[in-house]
Amino acid sequence: MTAKKRRRLYFAGAVLVASGLCAWLIAWALGNNKIFFYSPTEVTQLHVQPGVAFRVGGLVAEHSVAHGSGAEIRFVVTDKKVTVPVVYRGVLPALFREGQGVVATGALDAGGTFQATDIMAKHDEKYMPLEVVQALKKSGEWQKGGK
Amino acid sequence: MTGELGQLSLCFALALALVMANAGILGAQAANGTARRIANGAALGVTVFILLAFGALASAYLASDFSLRTVAENSTVSQPLVYKITAVWSNHEGSMLLWMLVMAFYTGAMVLLGRGGERITSAALGVMGLLAAAFLLFILFTSSPFMRLDPAPFEGNGLNPLLQDPGAAMHPPMLYFGYVGLSASFAYAAAALIVGGAESEGWARAARPFMLVAWMALTCGIALGSWWAYYTLGWGGFWFWDAVENASLMPWLIATALLHSALATETRGAFRAWTLLLAIAGFSLSLIGTFLVRSGVITSVHSFASDPTRGFFILVLIALAVGGALALFAWRAPSLQGGTAFEPVSRESALLLNNIFLIAACAAVFVGTLYPLALDAATGQKISVGPPYYAITFAPIFFALLALVPLGPRLAWRKGDLKDAIKPLYPSLGVAAVAIIAVLALASPRSLAGAGAFAMAGWLLASSVIEIRKRKGARVAAFAAAIAHAGLAVSLIGIAGTTVWRSEALVLVGPGETLTVGPYTLRFNGVTQVDGPNYRGSRASIDLMDGARVKAAMHPELRIFTAQGQDVSVTAIRTTGLDDLYLALGDDRGNGRWTLRAYVSPLAPLIWLGALVMALGGGLSLAGRLRARAPEPKAAPAVAMAAE
Repeated sequence: MTAKKRRRLYFAGAVLVASGLCAWLIAWALGNNKIFFYSPTEVTQLHVQPGVAFRVGGLVAEHSVAHGSGAEIRFVVTDKKVTVPVVYRGVLPALFREGQGVVATGALDAGGTFQATDIMAKHDEKYMPLEVVQALKKSGEWQKGGK
Repeated sequence: MTGELGQLSLCFALALALVMANAGILGAQAANGTARRIANGAALGVTVFILLAFGALASAYLASDFSLRTVAENSTVSQPLVYKITAVWSNHEGSMLLWMLVMAFYTGAMVLLGRGGERITSAALGVMGLLAAAFLLFILFTSSPFMRLDPAPFEGNGLNPLLQDPGAAMHPPMLYFGYVGLSASFAYAAAALIVGGAESEGWARAARPFMLVAWMALTCGIALGSWWAYYTLGWGGFWFWDAVENASLMPWLIATALLHSALATETRGAFRAWTLLLAIAGFSLSLIGTFLVRSGVITSVHSFASDPTRGFFILVLIALAVGGALALFAWRAPSLQGGTAFEPVSRESALLLNNIFLIAACAAVFVGTLYPLALDAATGQKISVGPPYYAITFAPIFFALLALVPLGPRLAWRKGDLKDAIKPLYPSLGVAAVAIIAVLALASPRSLAGAGAFAMAGWLLASSVIEIRKRKGARVAAFAAAIAHAGLAVSLIGIAGTTVWRSEALVLVGPGETLTVGPYTLRFNGVTQVDGPNYRGSRASIDLMDGARVKAAMHPELRIFTAQGQDVSVTAIRTTGLDDLYLALGDDRGNGRWTLRAYVSPLAPLIWLGALVMALGGGLSLAGRLRARAPEPKAAPAVAMAAE
C-alpha cells in the first residue's frame, strides 16, 4: 500500500468513526431532550406523565391569578375548553396579564399542577406567542384580534 | 434629493457588479488581461457607488429626512446623534445596505491587495461581482431603503428602545464584517476551482487575511451580542442557545476550522479539497444564519422582515450560491493535486482532529437549531431543544478539542513525535493538576465539572506561556496562535465560574427589608416612578451594605416603552473585575413589594475578556502577515484604471 493510499484510508477512517460517534451522540441527546409544546386540551388528552418536561400555552384565565408566599404565584392556563393550574415561583414578565397569552415551561407534579420554571408572555402589545394562537385555533376559540 | 441619489447609486452599482462578474470570470483565462483590468475597474466602481448610496442614506438620517420611509420608521429629531447613525442599520433595509457596504470594503481590499496571482484575483472578483449583483437585486426589488413617504410626517417613530444601546449598535456591523468576510474566502475558494491547476494553489494564502478579519469580527460580534444579552435581558445568563445566537455561532465554528485547515493547505498543500469545502460551508452557514434571523421564521428582536418574498429570495440565493459552488467543486475538485503524505502523529493529524471536533460541535448546534423548525414544517409538532441538549453534545465535544489544543502547534509537519511534544508541557500538566486539587479543596460547592474546567484552562494557559517564551523571536504566527489559545482559556474560566458557582436569590422584598446573595447583603429601600420621554420607568433603590454602613447604592430599573409596549430591564451590575453583583428588578406585587433577582456571578467579566484576547491573537497574526509581504505592484494598474 502506498503512503498516499494509507493516508487516504486513515483520513476516511478517522472521519467515519468521528462522524458516526458524533451523529450517535447528537441523536441520543436530541431524543432525550426534546421539550414538546402542548395546549391544555392536549395535556389532558395525552395524559402527560408527572415529571416530564414540556411547555404549555394558552390564555391566563380571568380572575385566576393568586399570590402565594414569597415570590410564588398561582394561575390557570386555558384554551377556553380545558384548564391547567400553574404554580410559579419567580419574576413575571411585565406583560403578563389575565386574559392574555402565556407560555410556561415546566412539568406536572403528582397532583396535576403544572410546576413552571419559566414563564413567557408576549413580548410586546401587538403580538401573541405564535404557539398560543395556534393552540386557540385548534380548540376553535380563536377570534381574530380579540383577547 | 439624497434618496434619489442613493437609489441611482445602487442601480449603477448593480450594473457595474454585472460587468465585474463577467469580466472577472473571463479574466480567469491566462491570456485575457483586458478582462482583468475591466474587472478591477468595475470593482472599484462598485465600491465607490455603494459608498455613495450608504452616505446618502446616512445623511438622510442625520438630516432627519422623514420623507424616506425607513428614516421615519427608525429615527426621530430628538434621537442622540450616535443613535441616528446606528439607526441606519437597525432595520431590514438599512442592514442590507450595511451588508453591501462591508462587501464593498472587502471588494476594494481584494483589488488593492491583489494577492494570489492575477488570475485568482480576477476570478474571485468575478464571484464577488455575482454575489454583489444578487444582493443588489434583492435590495432594489424587495428592500430599498430609499422609498419615499408622501406626505412626509413631521416626526419619526424612533429607534426600537432595546437597540438604543452601544452594545446593540455595534453588534450588527461586527457580525457583518464576519459574514461578508466569509463571502470573500468563499470567492477565493470558488476562484481556485475556476482557475484550477498549479496557479490555483495560492488561493489559501490570498484568502487568509480575509479569513482572519472575518474570524476576528465574528469573535467580537458574538461576544458583544452575548454581553448585551447579559446586561439587558435581566436573566443573568450570557448564552441562551437561542436560534439567533446559534446562527452566529455556527459560522464562527466553521471559520475557526477553516483558519486551521487553510494553514495546512497553505504550508503543506494538505487537505486541499477539504479546505475548499470549508470555505464554501462557512459562507453557506452565514447565509443560512441570515435567513433564519431575517425571514421571520423565528420571532425575535432581530426579525424585522416579515415579508415572505424576502425570505424566499434569500432561500433562492442560498440554493444558487451553495448549489453552484458544490457543483463547481464536484466538477473541478478531482483535478486537484493531493498533498504530501503524513503520519498519524503529525501537525496535519492534529489539524484534522481540530477540524473534526469543530465540525461536530457545529453539527450539534445545527441539529439543535434546525430540527425543531424542520419538525414543525413537516408534522406541525412543536418542540424546543434547551440548554441540557447542548450541555451533553456541544460541551464534551468542545472540551475534547481544548485538551488537544496545546499539543497541535508542538507537533512537526508530516511526522511528529508525541513524547517530544509533551515533554516541554510537563509544567502545564502540573498546573492542571494543582488547579484540580485547589478547586476541589477550596471552592464551594464542590464541583467536579468546575474543577475539570479550571484544570483545562490551566493546561491551556500554562502551555501558551511556555509557547510564547520558547518562540521568542520566532514567527509572529506562532506567537499569535498562543495568544488566541490563551484567550480560550480565559473565556473558559469565566464560563465555568458563572455556570458552576453563581449564587442567585429570587425574593419578594418590601421597603426596608434586607436580603443576602453570595457574600453580599443588600437593603431594599423601595421603588420610585421615574418616567422618561417615551417610557414609564420604575426605579428601585437598593443599598449594598457593609455591616451597618452603606457601601454603594444600586438602581435596577424596569422601563415600559409606551409606543411599542415593550418592557426593558435596566440591570444594575457592580463588578469587581473578579465577580459581578447583578440586580434585576422583577414585577410589582402590591404594597410596595417587588420581586427582585440578584445574582453573584464569579469571574463573569472573563468570558468577554477572553474573546477579546482571542481576537487580539487574530489581529497579531494579520499584522504579521501584512508586514511580512509588501503589496505587490499589481495594484498599480487597477488604480490607474479607476482614475480614467
